[in-house]
Amino acid sequence: MAHPAVLAASASSNTQVAAFWVLAIIAVAAALGMILARRAVHCAILLAVVMLILAGMYAMQGAPFLAFVQVIVYTGAVLMLFLFVIMIVGITASDAVVETIRGQRLFAGLAGIALLVLLILVVGHATIGHAAPAGARNSTQNIGGLARLIFQTYVFPFEVTSALLITAAIGAMVLAHRERARPKPTQRMLSRRRVASGRPTPLPGPGTYARHNAVDMPALLPDGTQSRLSVSGVLASRAAEARASAVPAISGEVIGTEAAEAQIHENGQEEER
Amino acid sequence: MISPANYVALAAILFVIGGVGVLVRRNALVVFMCVELMLNAVNLAFVAFARMHGDLTGQLVAFFVMVVAAAEVVVGLAILTSIFRARRSASVDDANLLKY
Repeated sequence: MAHPAVLAASASSNTQVAAFWVLAIIAVAAALGMILARRAVHCAILLAVVMLILAGMYAMQGAPFLAFVQVIVYTGAVLMLFLFVIMIVGITASDAVVETIRGQRLFAGLAGIALLVLLILVVGHATIGHAAPAGARNSTQNIGGLARLIFQTYVFPFEVTSALLITAAIGAMVLAHRERARPKPTQRMLSRRRVASGRPTPLPGPGTYARHNAVDMPALLPDGTQSRLSVSGVLASRAAEARASAVPAISGEVIGTEAAEAQIHENGQEEER
Repeated sequence: MISPANYVALAAILFVIGGVGVLVRRNALVVFMCVELMLNAVNLAFVAFARMHGDLTGQLVAFFVMVVAAAEVVVGLAILTSIFRARRSASVDDANLLKY
């Protein structure tokens, strides 16, 4: 009796052809979108699409282990790392529009087309045979066969890989490490500072109203006035920055914070009185 | 069944797109992503050739490429973070300390 996986593979060959073309078109479109998208976040999401599709293609080619490693390592770890660095660098950081070298984009495009023509000619002229009959790469023996290769034939390169990974981890820690300029404040120092500041309690939260419960809405004090402390100072300074540069980053946010800042200003004057 | 040649052609197209991205983009993060795309395209070609030969060695090479790519991304992003900390910019044009 034939193995169920082999049976399924021969029965669903039409499905595989359809899946290949659909996935290939989506992958190329996502890759093109990745090099055209302005914002780094969009690039990361589109790259995730390409990588998931490649995982599907590994699975279609009888490489289930690589498919899962692709999802876990690339989509799970590498792209998360990218997204964390985007969070550090700034989510709105977009590419500069100016060309530093004149005509660079044009020449890059021409070089790309030339490389594509070259590669397509090479692939077209090469005799790439048909798939070998399902043997060692069969899905039931795939992981066992890979384990045999890794731990018997290629065990020394595999060990060297561990040295590489440890070096990379230590290098990342050394590069990302920052020396502390002043000693870390202890709990005793923090509590003393807190009591000495005149406000030992936590700051009030933002206001919650029937129509707005955003964090830029000031809370109301018992006498009906608004509390200036209940809105983060970052929001007010951001609104001022946005007004100064007159380029609204995200229109809703700017409008919201401007309104809040105006309220805070009135409110502060009231509090001073 | 789809012939391995189709997979290799797709890998070539993705590799070229990644290469053009490396040349065109000025944000160092996006340049890294394009390098990742090129590595992935090569992996796809390796897996396709492994299927063509009915041999698992190609899949093993793709596995090693993934390991090296992960290490490369970790160190690259750490360098990027430290450059951003010092210069407040992630553009590849601003990091020219070694030029003069």
